Amino acid sequence: MINIWEVNETNKMVEQENLDVRTITIGISLFECIDSDLKKLNDNIYRRITTVAKDLAKTAEKIENEYGIPIVNKRISVTPIALIGGAACRSEEDFVTIAETLDRAAEAVGANLIGGYSALVSKGMTRADELLIRSIPTALTGTRRVCSSVNLASTKTGINMDAVRLMGEILLEVAERSKDRDSVDCMKLVVFCNAPDDNPFMAGAFHGVTEADAIINVGVSGPGVVKTALGAVRGESFEVLCETIKKTAFKVTRVGQLVAQEASKLLGIPFGIVDLSLAPTPAIGDSVADILCEIGLEYAGAPGTTAALALLNDQVKKGGVMASSYVGGLSGAFIPVSEDQGMIDAVQAGAITLEKLEAMTCVCSVGLDMIAIPGDTKATTISGIIADEMALGMVNQKTTAARLIPVIGKGVGDTVEFGGLFGYAPIMPVNRFSCDDFINRKGRIPAPIHSFKN
Amino acid sequence: MENTVDKAIITVVGKDAVGIIAKVCTYLSGTRINVLDISQTIVSGYFNMMMIVDMKQAAKSFMECQKDLNALGEEIGVAIKCQREEIFEKMHRI
Repeated sequence: MINIWEVNETNKMVEQENLDVRTITIGISLFECIDSDLKKLNDNIYRRITTVAKDLAKTAEKIENEYGIPIVNKRISVTPIALIGGAACRSEEDFVTIAETLDRAAEAVGANLIGGYSALVSKGMTRADELLIRSIPTALTGTRRVCSSVNLASTKTGINMDAVRLMGEILLEVAERSKDRDSVDCMKLVVFCNAPDDNPFMAGAFHGVTEADAIINVGVSGPGVVKTALGAVRGESFEVLCETIKKTAFKVTRVGQLVAQEASKLLGIPFGIVDLSLAPTPAIGDSVADILCEIGLEYAGAPGTTAALALLNDQVKKGGVMASSYVGGLSGAFIPVSEDQGMIDAVQAGAITLEKLEAMTCVCSVGLDMIAIPGDTKATTISGIIADEMALGMVNQKTTAARLIPVIGKGVGDTVEFGGLFGYAPIMPVNRFSCDDFINRKGRIPAPIHSFKN
Repeated sequence: MENTVDKAIITVVGKDAVGIIAKVCTYLSGTRINVLDISQTIVSGYFNMMMIVDMKQAAKSFMECQKDLNALGEEIGVAIKCQREEIFEKMHRI
């Protein structure tokens, strides 16, 4: 039977080390909503979401109370809207009406965010894809809960450079439209290479076309728990270090698995995956950068950071896969800047640069995340940064992403406040040399040779 | 196999005082909650108790018991938590 020490350990993780379930995300297929009449389509979407997810908030609260584990976010992901709206939408404005419907539906069921205002354009853009992408600035500034993502590249298809170029312009426009709020709407937009179909985390969650009618995906968190566990093995060998991370990741993931199964049972929706990401928050101690420091670095960004992060990411996965029957999503360590106090400290100390962050994305999940850059950065430069990140994902056969925030009217030395879980960020310098002629070429970068495995 | 669904863990943490266990147990017996196991220690002057209880026959719902125990804790001056057992079982057992 469970003993008092084990009970105390679990409760201490929750009470002192910020262990929580970061999100329960219901993935909902909207294929059955498709109609060539825009009004009917919007009605169908609203009805479908508010029916499937009607008990989301209530269920999360029940689980939270019964197990004593906080569930921070209740979210919804839907089929990429470019696919759903294609038949009905003739203009950007038509697509924006769908964003508004998603926003209303999410609010009605008490979801914090809804993801899936997305297009999958890794090889080419349909007319609908392009209309949706061009509607993103209006859609994001006119709604509160809608998140948007665009898959620009994959190992199998290469990089759609036309879409990469377009996204640089779109991102700047989103920044411009929300410049009175520190360009904050850029937080709700992310671009991917090899985007996973079952990611529960925002802004990149969408319900992939390979998924069933509805599914429950759960994202756990717990950098604080890993950091505390590592505090007890300071100076020990790599073997001890790795064992400790694995054991801790196992415990954290088990909570996610339990919550996912319980939510699935209560909502009558099949369980999809647990995403075993270490997702930091600005709360003190809830930081991936602090784990890197605990491993032995003065600051995240110091030489050795990429190796330490590679080790961390791998051990988290090894511990996590043992704890859950199905893992998926992004699964690894997130390294956002603004959401992680240790990372913010590293930027302010001058320990970490955009280039080092890029190197770190080769060995961890996701990519350049929540990075504030000067508002006068050129669209082509943003596209260049995105293209680099896409290339890393394409060649390494992994998911990579970029969520950059060009803060209009601010420059290096300024700080932007995003509020709540999103934290704040010092604006990071961007390499000023031009890549215009590269970005302005038309077409796509072909898939790498090692993708031809058939 | 034992049915674990109805098992819960009650933890009591706070400043030591006379009658904490008695008051908690009085509530439990009055609500027909069966105590399966108790462990208790004092850590640097603080009372620390864990009970494994069976709530199958409980006269009230799980949520009501939680509320009652929270209120009782406030009355005695300790923190009382009641959680379903699975979260501990899953985390600490392979």
